[in-house]
Amino acid sequence: MMQRINDAQVHPILEIRDLVIESQGRPKGKRLVDNISLSLRPGEVLGLIGESGAGKSTIGLAAMGYARDGMKITGGQVLFDGVDLLSLPDRQRRPYRGARVAYVAQSAAAAFNPAHKLIDQYVEAAVVHGVLSDAQAREEAVALYEELGLPNPETFGNRYPHQVSGGQLQRAMVATAMACRPEVLIFDEPTTALDVTTQIEVLAAIRKTIRDHHTAALYITHDLAVVAQVADRIMVLRQGEMVEEGDTRRLLEQPEQTYTRDLLSVRNLHKKESAPDDTVLSIRGVCAEYHRGTQVLKDVSVDVEKGRTVAVVGESGSGKSTLARVVTGLLPPTEGSISLHGETLSPRLRERDRKTLQRLQMIYQLPDTALNPRQKIRDIIGRPLQFYHGMQGAALEKRLRQLVDMTELGTDFLDRWPAQLSGGQKQRVGIARALAAEPDLIICDEVTSALDQLVGEQILNLLLSLQRDLGMSYLFITHDLGTVDAIADHVVVMRKGQVVEQGAKSTVFAPPYESYTRLLLDSVPEMDPAWLDHVLADATPQG
Amino acid sequence: MNKLLLTVAKRLGLGLFTLLVISLIIFLAVDMLPGDIATEILGQMATPDAVAAIRAELGLNLPIHERYLDWLGGLVQGDLGNSLATDRPVASLIGDRLMNTLYLAGLAALISVPLALGLGVLAALYRNTLVDRVVSVSSLAAISMPEFFIAYVLILFISVQLGWLPSLSKVDADQPWLDRIQLMILPAITLTFVTCAHMMRMTRATIINLLSSPYIEMARLKGLGPWRVIVRHTLPNAWAPIVNVVVMNIAYLITGVVVVEVVFVYPGLGQLMVDSVAKRDLPVVQAASLIFAATYILFNLIADVVSIVSNPKLLHPK
Repeated sequence: MMQRINDAQVHPILEIRDLVIESQGRPKGKRLVDNISLSLRPGEVLGLIGESGAGKSTIGLAAMGYARDGMKITGGQVLFDGVDLLSLPDRQRRPYRGARVAYVAQSAAAAFNPAHKLIDQYVEAAVVHGVLSDAQAREEAVALYEELGLPNPETFGNRYPHQVSGGQLQRAMVATAMACRPEVLIFDEPTTALDVTTQIEVLAAIRKTIRDHHTAALYITHDLAVVAQVADRIMVLRQGEMVEEGDTRRLLEQPEQTYTRDLLSVRNLHKKESAPDDTVLSIRGVCAEYHRGTQVLKDVSVDVEKGRTVAVVGESGSGKSTLARVVTGLLPPTEGSISLHGETLSPRLRERDRKTLQRLQMIYQLPDTALNPRQKIRDIIGRPLQFYHGMQGAALEKRLRQLVDMTELGTDFLDRWPAQLSGGQKQRVGIARALAAEPDLIICDEVTSALDQLVGEQILNLLLSLQRDLGMSYLFITHDLGTVDAIADHVVVMRKGQVVEQGAKSTVFAPPYESYTRLLLDSVPEMDPAWLDHVLADATPQG
Repeated sequence: MNKLLLTVAKRLGLGLFTLLVISLIIFLAVDMLPGDIATEILGQMATPDAVAAIRAELGLNLPIHERYLDWLGGLVQGDLGNSLATDRPVASLIGDRLMNTLYLAGLAALISVPLALGLGVLAALYRNTLVDRVVSVSSLAAISMPEFFIAYVLILFISVQLGWLPSLSKVDADQPWLDRIQLMILPAITLTFVTCAHMMRMTRATIINLLSSPYIEMARLKGLGPWRVIVRHTLPNAWAPIVNVVVMNIAYLITGVVVVEVVFVYPGLGQLMVDSVAKRDLPVVQAASLIFAATYILFNLIADVVSIVSNPKLLHPK
């Protein structure tokens, strides 16, 4: 292994100068990346951070001389080991890609080809680039799988992508990217799609690998706390421009720009618990299954009181979304019952009357797919008004205006199409649509997880103020403990279809902790760069 | 794998049921054909007595449900009945003709399927360039022309002016197979023109659709060349929709060749069916229709099985 030589004297392995990337489609010529310069010395990790639209992924791909369809690199240089990749024809860029600079994508499930075995996809780049023979590559793959803590490394590669778990797949992708021992790795949100407890494993594996092999990296993420664990330096981006750049510790402790301070302060929203009131929704001993014999919910009982928020928190596979499906009647329970204001509901959606439908509304995780793209906002919000309350004409118009006003959208939004709205605005339309029915309870299914942190916080604020003004009750499903802290009165922790613990937020999130709750809480990255070291040193026994 | 067998068994059962329904439809439709076999046999001048005697002999006076059940009973035992016109068993009439049709369809498929897939891949690889446009426009032009027109144009140039191949394709079982293939080339090329475009468009569209998926971007970011990206990373995931179209076209090659067979005087099943309709030889028409229907059902089943087998999630369960 190379020694850490005096960094200042080392020639940068990757240098980007005055990079400009413009969009090709509409709006044509819009600058997606505006005059970005950065440099990366061998073995150094630079974090690129920003919200969606900041251009961070675009910069990461440009570092490989690659632009997605609809984008064009219109200016600047990408110097890899002194060679400007942008000046080379495509054929001469290929020997760099995968061999000397490799890419780790956000969703390994999407980035692995479903038709080939994992090890075949590992071997491919090394063989095509002539770095290793097929047999050598296979041997090294096993060693690297082992290094990354994958189970049964000898046979792991013989599986197809859909046969392994998300966290394993993400580590397999890190291994695949390492196949040719590249000098630079581009990590594009490699842990964003993972559960918190899995995120730690992958993060630790990534950090160990790049340190052991002295690989330089661009680490792209929207999560400052995550990047703080791996990066030597951090660059903050916003709408294609650089906001500030600095040493990780310095940037976290003394941010110079307001925008960086905003990003740092995101997790400070905290709701004060309200007192219990009349029960609105009562879930009693619910069991459910998708296929006969595989229970996904086991004896779940939860109550939601008027004007309160009950947060159901858990990792993927915990059954939290299934619970929402049972409450809405999409999945009839095999045992147990659901009642609303003491009145038992039919288990099946089809058998519920209009009044019941009206009293239970839902806001969805993906605002993009939850709104009909061929309906104007007026029609989307107006539909429940007509359907449940028979409103028409002036009364309808008046109520529409009230609703967009309540969700802080403004009346000019009524005549827009969903495609003209940002993610946060679409989620507001989703909220307005749910409010239009005048429900007793709104089920919020991961409503902020598809949004940027700052936008997500605005949505949470809106939900809180609606609760204050209208006494709305929420069943709030989330995997994010920060969100729970921000909005909940009562917390239900779920794991593998069962309620592990439930109680007032102040008791669940205070010592003495239930062991799984503690694991979840400990897994949430903190802004402290030394956080991961502490967690790993504490050696969580679950492996 | 057991799951696959179960699926196949289920589809097979469903296919047989469909065939039963179709047999009823065919029987009723053929029964509604205007004209009468007895008059056809005896000519317009026949006496009513003679006509009635023939009808009774052929069993045409029985009620329709009895005739249907009778026919169906025969079918189940593999007996397609006797031809009304020649009194020979329908099976022996159809046998040779069906083989001829299958040979022609096979030859046409052998030419058109690889050609269409190759052109589709090429068009996808060089999409929105001159290559793509030439391939797309010419294949669309080919499918837009009626097949008899293509057939006569081919006859005009290749048989009449160049004299390379005969214009009639009257094959018989005694010829050496090389001669027969030579006779089949022109009809096969005509069928290629007709079926190529559809398969080529589907191949192109499927590949282009997949090219925007993250694993294709990943393959490019591994520094792989465009051919490797398409052949190794795109095609294996494109089989299901492509095979569907290919299989439907092969089914068409077997069942839809009537016009081409007539133009080239090729002794296939289609021509036999046309002749039999003219002669009101109902058992032959029914049998031929049923074979065509069974072909479609069988090929649909094949398409389903291939799409299951080409899906790694179904083939390699967790």
